[in-house]
Amino acid sequence: MNFILDHYNYWITIILMMAGFYIVISANNLVKKIVGLNVFQVSVFLLYITMGKVSGGTAPIVVDGATQYSNPLPHVLILTAIVVGVATTAVGLALIVRIKGAYGTVEENEFKDQDDAI
Amino acid sequence: MLEQHLAALPILIPLLAAPITFILGRSWFTWLFATSTSALACFFSWHLLAAALSDGVLSYALGGWPPPWGIELRVDTANAFVLLAVSTLSTLVLVYAKDSIEKEIEASKHSLFYTAHLLCLAGLSGMLLTGDAFNLFVFLEVSSLATYTLVSLASDRRCLTAAFRYLVMGTIGATFILIGVGMLYMMTGTLNMLDLASRIDVYESSRTINTGMAFIIVGVSIKLALFPLHMWLPPAYTYAPSAVSAFLASTATKVAVYVMIRFIFTVFEVEHVFEEMRMDLILMVLAIVAIFKSSYTAIVQSNVKTVLAYSSVAQIGYMILGLSLVSVTGLMASFIHIFNHALMKGALFMAVGAVFYRVGSVDIKAFRGLGKQMPLTMAAFTIAGLSIIGVPLTVGFISKWYLVTAALEQNHWVIAALVLAGSLLAVVYIGRVIEAAYFQEPTESQAHNKIKEVPWLMLTPMWVLVLANIYFGVDTSLTTEAANAASEWLFQNTEMATTRQEVIK
Repeated sequence: MNFILDHYNYWITIILMMAGFYIVISANNLVKKIVGLNVFQVSVFLLYITMGKVSGGTAPIVVDGATQYSNPLPHVLILTAIVVGVATTAVGLALIVRIKGAYGTVEENEFKDQDDAI
Repeated sequence: MLEQHLAALPILIPLLAAPITFILGRSWFTWLFATSTSALACFFSWHLLAAALSDGVLSYALGGWPPPWGIELRVDTANAFVLLAVSTLSTLVLVYAKDSIEKEIEASKHSLFYTAHLLCLAGLSGMLLTGDAFNLFVFLEVSSLATYTLVSLASDRRCLTAAFRYLVMGTIGATFILIGVGMLYMMTGTLNMLDLASRIDVYESSRTINTGMAFIIVGVSIKLALFPLHMWLPPAYTYAPSAVSAFLASTATKVAVYVMIRFIFTVFEVEHVFEEMRMDLILMVLAIVAIFKSSYTAIVQSNVKTVLAYSSVAQIGYMILGLSLVSVTGLMASFIHIFNHALMKGALFMAVGAVFYRVGSVDIKAFRGLGKQMPLTMAAFTIAGLSIIGVPLTVGFISKWYLVTAALEQNHWVIAALVLAGSLLAVVYIGRVIEAAYFQEPTESQAHNKIKEVPWLMLTPMWVLVLANIYFGVDTSLTTEAANAASEWLFQNTEMATTRQEVIK
């Protein structure tokens, strides 16, 4: 039991990761796939953020009385990764808009049927 | 001044030029600007390779922050060699693109094509040159996002779904790499590749490091389209504009192969990855399955671009096979094939794009009788096709030669035989197209319209690649020298790392 409680942040990461991954694989709607992809990416952001925490450490700002600081680097890395994630989502959604325009649907099986019909 | 910043220039030049091409808009000047930018990047990468061959390793601290705290660009023979191939291909493809995209991309999107192409080039150069694991992820995403855009530019609507599929698979791959890098950072507290390498030794049997390694290898395998993670590649290359297929097929997956080599040889120890984790067995089996399954699939396709796309998956199999043999010759075969395959696939996709330009279709039926109507294009296709098969006096032969030598060195007779059998499958899928072009009569509709040769601006880059196919097939000094230096350097480095470790112990 303690094993689960002590590492609860990792468990949350894993659950989110698998949930997102499952949505990407199983969803038929392209917008849902993008949502799944986002959940998947956010789980990795959480993994990075939790690894920066040092027990008993405070925010990395020099103040009197603080001797232990958390590691700020993973947070900075994740800022970059968030930007990358936003850009990916934007490109994905832009593609969905054009798919909707070209096929009239964003359901994967429906435009596959249209392609097979040719 | 320039000398000092040489290492950063192949990334910076296309990155800065990309927004300018967007502002310049639709004119022939945009094309000239983009092409000369790429040529300039090519010129500097040539200098980098010369510098790397004479002085060894060049290290450049981005922004003046010394490594391992700042981001380091590290140039050695391995990445300078691949960089030269990438920037040369990019320049040739841009020369070719001017006429090619007239028929395949809407006029209003022409400047976007150049912008995305230059961004992709900047991302790929960054992936090659960086010595920082997280920075590699960022450049990977820069190049990938540009690639998704490039694929979706074609006028056929199926390119949109292909690009979307590529986006989903590519993002999963990149996120896997991000997870892996995170796990390495968790254990070692550093992101600089060399620094990582020296600290990973201590945690050799740590489960976190091994999991991180698994994530990185699977993530990179998606990016390089290793069987069975290649499903995004055939639709993307089939429906992308021809100039884009030519560029991606010859560069994007090759850079991912390089990333795989870099992680296995520089960051993780070779002994650990191959002898304790037995990754070589997994990679070897997947590579051989890739060669046979994809070549077989290529044989039964009717769209010639799909044939070439599946052939690319098979050729990536050869590169991974060389790597999985774990020897200097095997690695050298991989490097030579990275360079040579860029030459062959670039020429083949350009020839197919030329057929699309005149005939308006890339179905195998459209190739009937083209041997007479487009003699120069089909001759280019034939020579590059022979090179894929591995006929002597072409570069394909050189790649296969080193691969077979590497297999025989370790008495892997079966693998050597399988490599040769794989070439026979290539005879079939390339032979079908050549047979249609030279020995079948054109269909009635095609015989009526006079089909002419394509403009010289498309023929020139195609033939430059074809002649390079022959030149490097006869005079192998540049490729073998650079590839040999690169693979020996990578192996030596790991040996040095292990001896140093033993001294500490």
